[in-house]
Amino acid sequence: MSTTADYSAFLRQSNKGRPTLDLAIEGIVSADAIATIEHSLRLTPGLVSARLNFTTRRLSTEWTAPDCDPTPAIETLERLGYRVAPFTSDRSESDEDRRTKWLLRCLAVSGFAAINVMLLSISVWAGNVTDITPETRDLFHWLSALIALPAAGFSGQPFFFSAANALRERRMNMDVPISIGISLALGMSVYETAHHAEHAYFDSALMLIFFLLSGRVLDHAMRKRTRAAAANLAALRVPIATRLNPDGTHSELPSEALTEGDLILVKPGERFAADGIIIYGSSHIDQSLVTGETARIKRVEGDRVFAGTLNGETLLQVKISASGEATLLADIERLIDNAVLAKSRYVQFADRVAQIYAPVVHVAAALTAMVWIALGVSVHDSLIIAIAVLIITCPCALALAAPTVQVVVAGALFRRGILMKSGDVIERMAAVDTIVFDKTGTLTLPEPGLVDAGKLSDEALRWAGLLAQASHHPLARAVRDYAVHRFGAIGVLSGVEEVTGEGVRIVQDGVMITLGSPAFCQLPAPLWQDQNSMIAFRRGDEAGYISIGQVLRQDAIQTVSALKRDGYRLIILSGDQKGPVQTLADELGVGEWIAAAKPHEKLVYLDGLKSQGRTVLMVGDGLNDAPSLAAASVSLSPATGAHVTQAAADAVFTGDRLAAIRDTLLLCKRGQQIMRDNFLLALVYNLIAVPLAVGGLVTPLIAAAAMSGSSILVTVNALRARTVRGI
Amino acid sequence: MTILLYLVPAALGLGLMALVAFMWSLKSGQYDDLDGAAYRILNDDDVKDR
Repeated sequence: MSTTADYSAFLRQSNKGRPTLDLAIEGIVSADAIATIEHSLRLTPGLVSARLNFTTRRLSTEWTAPDCDPTPAIETLERLGYRVAPFTSDRSESDEDRRTKWLLRCLAVSGFAAINVMLLSISVWAGNVTDITPETRDLFHWLSALIALPAAGFSGQPFFFSAANALRERRMNMDVPISIGISLALGMSVYETAHHAEHAYFDSALMLIFFLLSGRVLDHAMRKRTRAAAANLAALRVPIATRLNPDGTHSELPSEALTEGDLILVKPGERFAADGIIIYGSSHIDQSLVTGETARIKRVEGDRVFAGTLNGETLLQVKISASGEATLLADIERLIDNAVLAKSRYVQFADRVAQIYAPVVHVAAALTAMVWIALGVSVHDSLIIAIAVLIITCPCALALAAPTVQVVVAGALFRRGILMKSGDVIERMAAVDTIVFDKTGTLTLPEPGLVDAGKLSDEALRWAGLLAQASHHPLARAVRDYAVHRFGAIGVLSGVEEVTGEGVRIVQDGVMITLGSPAFCQLPAPLWQDQNSMIAFRRGDEAGYISIGQVLRQDAIQTVSALKRDGYRLIILSGDQKGPVQTLADELGVGEWIAAAKPHEKLVYLDGLKSQGRTVLMVGDGLNDAPSLAAASVSLSPATGAHVTQAAADAVFTGDRLAAIRDTLLLCKRGQQIMRDNFLLALVYNLIAVPLAVGGLVTPLIAAAAMSGSSILVTVNALRARTVRGI
Repeated sequence: MTILLYLVPAALGLGLMALVAFMWSLKSGQYDDLDGAAYRILNDDDVKDR
């Protein structure tokens, strides 16, 4: 029976005429991926162009006709070692892109106008102290007006629209005083120009718009990268399922395309793509993601199985009871949605502050004008001072103090493979003093690895790797990964025969090579039995046992000792039995550990720690950890964990490095310090600038420069959060 | 000061050209992948193998 992968349905008709397909790609580490990927796809039939976007890790492809099959291209990429999934960007992402482009256009126009008006303004200022004639000055002022008014009208739209929307809902936001300031400055300048005055303020208005817009563009651009990564993660986590069609053929499609009542085949070692009931076959299922039990449970016809759990040694036919939306993808989507919601939650908070701040600013400006008039200064001059007050009190530095740092820290974490759900996570991570680790999948790699290969020679292990590549058995993958890791690319062996439940074999140069159960390789069952699994290998006269089990993450020991040196209290809290947990704790050098903990016992323990006044970081990956993750002060989950657990965690880390945990803690600590610095800077700025403006010592132009200067200072200071000593 | 009649429109004209050029670069998607663009210049695939 042949199985066909069915990616042709994903080809979309684009408005350029040619069908396109976007692919999310995981495993891109360095920039030579660009050349490698584009080069290897060149000769794919039907492909017109393939371009890798290195920033978003996506490949956009163009094809000649809608009936082209993209499967060969996808297989080429997978052979190179990348994980690939079709990607359809949702509406909110294209909306964000469109908004970024709009902001960039406004920025460009305001920049162009500001430059040219400055050209004229500086001439006027220089001329005012030398010998400019009133006619020339008027000409320059009118030229400035000609440039400034349409430019400000176009590029000020982000502020005007936002302010208008707020006022329509009888609210205030930051953009209201900004819009008033811009409009007043322009209006006054036109009035001044018409009355042949010496000073006009077109440059102030334009500079204000330019600096404010640059802050917003930077903010948008930095968010884009994190969004793209989270969306890619979602696309890549959708598993492929094999559906048994009514006519007896098989199709491979993403699990979200499954519907209730579909029959799927679950191969040995595959994860169940959806919830369902076993129709045919019986197997031992690894339900550790759901129950925390590492021992496999036998399930027979009629039993329920759950999405995400791992099938054992037999091929099963399963009838779907709940698919897609109810399980995996929905949880990740919620993760992304929550991140977006958190962003607007911060904006909502800032707006609430603006509710009070904006009216206060307006009142202050009005009062200033009135006081100066009362003191005998002309209406015109008083208004100028009021405009300066309006501009300088714009709380942009205060508004930028936290978000800029959050975005920079999020970017720094993202570059290290860590996705943060929301900005307030930084604050909580910075306060952590205790770290609680789960064992399996967290301290150890989630997939079993090769623990011991006995006395088998390198050549034998190479053959073992080649055989293992052709097997579907879950343990075989460990052998293959070890061989690839040790010997590099091992190539592909064709003609390997798999005997289900026993092993794989091939005859090469007249010699039979086997990999599988001890009996299959004519070896006696091993005398000793610990928690690792034993498989056997034979090639002619050479034979031996290979031990497969939980493997510690490569940098686990280093990271744990570094965390101890940093002063954190470390605890291992595991659902596994005492023996393995104690061995692991001793190997890592962790003094405190608890074994055989059920989910509710984990919760109780965490609450106990919190009531002692400790701030606890919980790191876990199984479904049984999800309640604990939600209960801890702050939580982290590996990206290989159960999806519900990822949704419960505050941050998710990809890759094999345990050091990601330490990176997160140190970067967040530094981010917190810098946020405090920024608030201090913004406060000092206000304390100095506002009295100066009220006292009439500041012209609108200086006000614009000072206000923008403080925003830029806060933004640049935030950049310090990109790195921290010790990582 | 009649020189101004030439200089000011010249300055404005040049500035406008720069603006149009920027808008075109934005529209043609040159800002979509800044990191990738930085690395692409290092590719050798436009040099014929000797």
